[in-house]
Amino acid sequence: MKLLIKNGRLIDPANNLDGFYDLIIEDGLVKEIKPKGLIKDTDAESIDAGGMIVCPGFIDMHVHLREPGFEYKETVETGTFAAVNGGFTSVVCMANTNPVNDNASVTKYILDKSREKAYCNVYPVGALSKGLKGEELAEYGELREGGCVALSDDGRAIINSRFMRRAMEYARTFGLPVISHCEDTNLSNGGLMNEGYLSTRLGLRGIPKISESIMVFRDICISELTGCHLHIAHVSTQESVELIRYAKSKGLPVTAETAPHYFCLTEKAVIEYNTYAKVNPPLRTDEDVDAIKEALKDGTIDVIATDHAPHSIQEKDVEFEAAASGISGLETALPLSLTLVREGYLTIRELIEKFTTNPARILRIPEGSLSPGSVANIVVFDPEVEWTIERDKFKSLGKNTPFHGCKVRGKALYTIVKGRIVYEDRKG
Amino acid sequence: MKSLKFMKKHLLGIENLTPDEIMTIIETAEALKEITQRDIKKVPTLRGKTIALLFFEPSTRTRVSFEIAAKWMSADTISLTSSGSSIAKGETFLDTTKNIEAMKPDVIVVRHSVSGFPHFISKKVRIPVINAGDGAHEHPTQALLDLLTVKEKKGRIDGLTVTIIGDITHSRVARSDIFAFTKMGSEVRVAGPMTMIPPGIERMGAKVFYDVKEAVKGADVIIMLRLQLERQGGLFFSTLREYSKFFGLSPSLLNEAKEDVIIMHPGPINRGVEISTEVADGPYSVILDQVTNGIAIRMAVLYLLCTGGKFEVTD
Repeated sequence: MKLLIKNGRLIDPANNLDGFYDLIIEDGLVKEIKPKGLIKDTDAESIDAGGMIVCPGFIDMHVHLREPGFEYKETVETGTFAAVNGGFTSVVCMANTNPVNDNASVTKYILDKSREKAYCNVYPVGALSKGLKGEELAEYGELREGGCVALSDDGRAIINSRFMRRAMEYARTFGLPVISHCEDTNLSNGGLMNEGYLSTRLGLRGIPKISESIMVFRDICISELTGCHLHIAHVSTQESVELIRYAKSKGLPVTAETAPHYFCLTEKAVIEYNTYAKVNPPLRTDEDVDAIKEALKDGTIDVIATDHAPHSIQEKDVEFEAAASGISGLETALPLSLTLVREGYLTIRELIEKFTTNPARILRIPEGSLSPGSVANIVVFDPEVEWTIERDKFKSLGKNTPFHGCKVRGKALYTIVKGRIVYEDRKG
Repeated sequence: MKSLKFMKKHLLGIENLTPDEIMTIIETAEALKEITQRDIKKVPTLRGKTIALLFFEPSTRTRVSFEIAAKWMSADTISLTSSGSSIAKGETFLDTTKNIEAMKPDVIVVRHSVSGFPHFISKKVRIPVINAGDGAHEHPTQALLDLLTVKEKKGRIDGLTVTIIGDITHSRVARSDIFAFTKMGSEVRVAGPMTMIPPGIERMGAKVFYDVKEAVKGADVIIMLRLQLERQGGLFFSTLREYSKFFGLSPSLLNEAKEDVIIMHPGPINRGVEISTEVADGPYSVILDQVTNGIAIRMAVLYLLCTGGKFEVTD
């Protein structure tokens, strides 16, 4: 079984490659990369990637697959189908399932399900605390043995600083990074959107920006104390960016991610009580968007992850206060992120790094490169093709996007996992 | 004859009304107010129309006011509250609302404890929706009756200084009043402890004061807001005693205001908390006039939305 990808612009940051190269896959592995036209293999199936970019498959290190427990929102099967539709070949799934992924038997369930149903690679995140309650440590050693690549109570904030300290010490013992959802819930206090003039005008309880940055700083301090690798999830504010920049300048083991909605939208998206723009942390202001773009540019933010949070329509088509928080992000991330390239914040190579080598390095997973001999996880995308986001065409069960109806540019055309084409955009 | 026009389908808030639209409602109310003074308070204007009153949050004054307004114009009313309805059985608010709509009322009047609820259902039903108060967002008919009361007592609205005192953060009345009075040319001040002044309120056109004495200096109108007693313990103020001392309206504080100041309050009042009994029952208080004007405003709003927005008055 051979597959030749030819005529494309191949970008493989891990091997410092950017140019017109052909790539051949054999038995699920990258066999060889040679300058365009130099691989003569007549019996291989081939993809003509003329005008397209060929790069390592994207890794989304922040996804809610919802299974087990919330299969009406998403399943391993539908979530990973959405992933490959968006150009992702690996997803990292959060622990806030039911039951919570706080022990190796749940991890095993997710990985068994993935072997049976998933379109792409699935890497589970184990919970920091039993039941996400922030009280007792979960079994980090067994979670690691079971296949978890990081620890997080994402969706729930750790309020108790002593717990966070012990969790990071215990996580370091097993060499696992801690992904922190930074939110002082006493400050956000059931808030529904960013706090400011707009929340006042709409009469919606606000979430102040400091509810995020206070916890970012606390966790940076704990990372410094413990030496544990801290990864800050879904950065949404300018102040958080400044604190992470400070941590990195001190050489602390701190990394960070943001999601496309935090650099494509502001709080103005919730005017008219648009529940599709309700997300936690909330959409912020123009100044925050600018700061996040700058942070992506200067490397303060390492990774773009979607925080893919699928919900059913009946959880969104309700009054704003009752609506679930979250955005279905896997199928819109690539075109939304390409705006950073068009606006001059990132080169296309830097963008690919934020989707491939950087998350692979943080999670220490064998992904994100096209080195000969490595497993062939590859995306072929057209960076220019224009299309309209239509939520009803999502492969995800979560149709909850604030970008419905938006005209965007850039689309994955072929997604290859372990050497097999698992997704092909037939309109290509 | 003068023809008044109001072409909006819904009344969701003051924010999206023009000064002309506001004046249309007030002038319509002024014409209809005469009915409230008759011996037999019934006109056939809305005979055959049905008004659905959906009060998903408890209310006495506003609900009764809408009901009387509808009945005096010969409309039929159906009234629903959360506790006695299928909401208690787990039906969603939207499903309840759509079921009521299927019973073919001509207008829905809705109150809800969450901001934006009337806006949400206005996109889901085909008939006009009147906001009777949504969360901490807007209470447009209250602001309109406040305007009517001020216009009646002062002869004008523009050029006046209006001071709103109390829990601005949680008050839909404050927001609607700020929009209403600034649109009509008044200067609006808000005053209270910083815990009760929401961020960005200046951008809505209000001047912020933490010192109530300063805030009432030279005021033509003082609007006191009800202190929601359940807020105690929510870290918004220390004790009722201290709140009353620094932010309550006492006779001595009135000396700072204009001589002909009027005192308003949307009710229900907490005597001895935000307003002393002497002031509430005193000569400057127009609190009960507000209640009567509320009926006139609601007659006007129901009339304009039930009949396609036209009203003829004789000059």
